[in-house]
Amino acid sequence: MIFLTRRATFSASHYYWNDGWTAEKNEQVFGRCSNRNGHGHNYTLEITVAGEPDPVTGFVVDLKWLKDVIEQEVLASWDHRHLNLEVPEFAKAIPTTENIAIAAWKRLDGPISRAAGARLNRVRVYETPEIFAEYRGQA
Amino acid sequence: MRASFGRRYLFSASHRLHTDALSVDENRAAFGKCNNPHGHGHNYVVEVLVGGEVDPETGMVVNLTVVDDAVRTRVLERFDHTHLNLDPMFVNRVPTTENLCRTIFQLLDGAFVPAKLECVRVEETENNFFECYG
Repeated sequence: MIFLTRRATFSASHYYWNDGWTAEKNEQVFGRCSNRNGHGHNYTLEITVAGEPDPVTGFVVDLKWLKDVIEQEVLASWDHRHLNLEVPEFAKAIPTTENIAIAAWKRLDGPISRAAGARLNRVRVYETPEIFAEYRGQA
Repeated sequence: MRASFGRRYLFSASHRLHTDALSVDENRAAFGKCNNPHGHGHNYVVEVLVGGEVDPETGMVVNLTVVDDAVRTRVLERFDHTHLNLDPMFVNRVPTTENLCRTIFQLLDGAFVPAKLECVRVEETENNFFECYG
């Protein structure tokens, strides 16, 4: 089994807010991330695909194809957007790094798994170089 | 829904790879220039990965302030700008980055309940890293 990872970047804004809480509790739990004007990040996605290399091409998946899938399924909807206001997954779920990793997985799992011989293994999302979340599907 | 949260930290420390169980020549053969008598230093990167259920109220596995506080009090304040060989953890163990990685896992294990420490990764240089899964 070979694990192949492709990186992609997007830039977006967000804020953390739970409508079920008071403003004070939101500020207490989420700190500066609760500022309702939002703030932005340069996010890095690391998409890991697992499979056996094709005996003819030596590829687990074609990297250009993987790039296009990430572009169409994720970046086209998220890049240069306000995640809370413009991305349907975050109309209710708070766009934490954890939830962004899960949402990216849900967008990519179907298209990648339908490709012969490969399956999505891991999605890692860096919010900053020091902060990341990863999701490996429902174990 | 389970996910994992990771965060990277930096500290600087010195160490010397040496064991009294080996002769001078054997130490030199095993550890090379890392055995030089007065030690040397690194900027270590510690990457902490915490896994658990994503809290439906917060969208978080663990609040990063909890991770920051635990890493600061249990690891960074202990090791930053110190000589690792003088730490009680390394009195009888060579402070290789393998052993340092396992030590940091032990120091952080249990600090994120109900989330769980999944992995500690320590980068000694840009080209060397070590991972411990407990």
